[in-house]
Amino acid sequence: MFDKTRITGAVLQGLAALACVIIVAMVAIILGNILIHGLDRLSVGFLTRAPEAGMTGGGIFPAIFGTFALVLLMTIAVIPLGVATAIYMHEYAPKRSRMVHVVRLAIQNLAGVPAIVFGLFGLGFFIEFIGRGVDRAFFGGSLVYGQPAIIWAALTMALLTMPTVVVATEEALRAIPQSYREVAYSLGATRWQMISRIVLPQAVGGILTGGILAVSRGSGEVAPVMFTGAAYFLPELPRRLNDQFMELGYHVYVMTTQSPDVEATKPILYSTVLVLLMLTFLLNFTAIMIRARIRKRLRYGR
Amino acid sequence: MAADPGIADAGASVGEAPLIRTGDLRVRAGRLEILKGISLEARRGEILSIIGPAGAGKSTYLRCLNRMAELDQDLRIEGRILLEGKSIYGTGVDVALIRRLVATVFSVPIPLPMTIHENLTFGLRLQSGSRDSNDERVESALRAAYLWDEVKDRLREPARNLSGGQQQRLCLARSLVLSPKILLLDEPTSGLDPISTARIEEALQQLKSNLAIILVTNNVKQAARASDHTAFFLFGELIEYQRTGKLFTTPRDARTADYISGRFG
Repeated sequence: MFDKTRITGAVLQGLAALACVIIVAMVAIILGNILIHGLDRLSVGFLTRAPEAGMTGGGIFPAIFGTFALVLLMTIAVIPLGVATAIYMHEYAPKRSRMVHVVRLAIQNLAGVPAIVFGLFGLGFFIEFIGRGVDRAFFGGSLVYGQPAIIWAALTMALLTMPTVVVATEEALRAIPQSYREVAYSLGATRWQMISRIVLPQAVGGILTGGILAVSRGSGEVAPVMFTGAAYFLPELPRRLNDQFMELGYHVYVMTTQSPDVEATKPILYSTVLVLLMLTFLLNFTAIMIRARIRKRLRYGR
Repeated sequence: MAADPGIADAGASVGEAPLIRTGDLRVRAGRLEILKGISLEARRGEILSIIGPAGAGKSTYLRCLNRMAELDQDLRIEGRILLEGKSIYGTGVDVALIRRLVATVFSVPIPLPMTIHENLTFGLRLQSGSRDSNDERVESALRAAYLWDEVKDRLREPARNLSGGQQQRLCLARSLVLSPKILLLDEPTSGLDPISTARIEEALQQLKSNLAIILVTNNVKQAARASDHTAFFLFGELIEYQRTGKLFTTPRDARTADYISGRFG
């Protein structure tokens, strides 16, 4: 029998399955390619030594360290800012507030701004405006903060990832039953007591989910840090907030575009990409573990 | 319609001043008038029940008495609300204190996502900030709510493990721990089985010697058997306020008679 509906159904099912297969295949090809080419250079030395011989030898330890430091500083900046924004919008601002409307619109737009624009903004605002200003005010005009530095790169990255944290936190706040808030008030809680004892403990899982997304985004972005603090090559690790630093993503970028000997750097390039991927997974995994532990601890309060 | 239907001749117990009293209480939401000038009072040692069909303003009235109504920014509240003779909207009044003195039990049990013990001490910890476990106050509140025997060995369990009826008694105990002067109950037994309902009514009878209790109920029979005075609300107006026995035998207003006999609402 020629059954039109059944054939349409079968075709659509087939197409949907094909789409899934394509996605899985893409991931497998990318990961496989990186693994095959990257594994043979990967060694303890590669992870613990600085680059040598014009990037054709040695390791990538400064870049690993720099990425960690960058992501850590970014998290410290973005979580309080994003969470406070979301709490203000959801818990403090009056209903139908025009201000909240504007802020929400701004955050949605922020999420759509290309990463390279954040980089330029960081250069113009943090380095030229704030950094130079600080130098003029406290250091008699000598160059201390008015130059690319890890603190500016981290703050730029924090701006880039802030929408993620705000949206995730708001989502978590929305999921808390209004009745919990009413009960807290009816037992004599002030607004801040209600927020700190009921809302925040309940929202912690969602907030950390936002943090995880921010971390995985931040550890992979190159554009925001290339004008604001990442360096081509630094044998020293950053020790102060105004030091420059090496970053894995940026390291990959310079090795592909600016290496004097592309063929010689290729094996290192693959291994670096592999390390970058593993580091992103590791950061994600750590954050998920932390979230699971905190959720367990906070399930019934304290 | 008289301004104060029945207050003067309701036969309220003589001597003791009302603990809480509202005078010409009006609540508006935009153009809609939810309460149209309610004057009513409640005394220590009595249970006042408020009956009336849905939309009569019963819950809104309760929420005004401990300033929960103002959490809804759309509401405009006018009129006098006097707690022991002093306005609860006066300047310098501590809202948190008002809410502890005028405690609420909601229509559905809402245990906070904590252990039973933490639920009970939540309000106390807000005040002192101390980690004192307040075991005596917890025990007496649980006994007063007829819950002690059922939970005394499970205080560290999450409150949501309790049954619905137990949860509602936990909520009652959670309010009592704060030693309130007035207890507001908004249809506290609407979702409960007859046995749990009976336990809560029994608890209320024991409690009323120290408290003024205001009980909003959709169950006319509950008002008849559990309360000393009854007020009948209809579309934001107080239609009748009487001793419960009188209101149910010889209602003065025809609308009250219709409602309690089930002819409408």
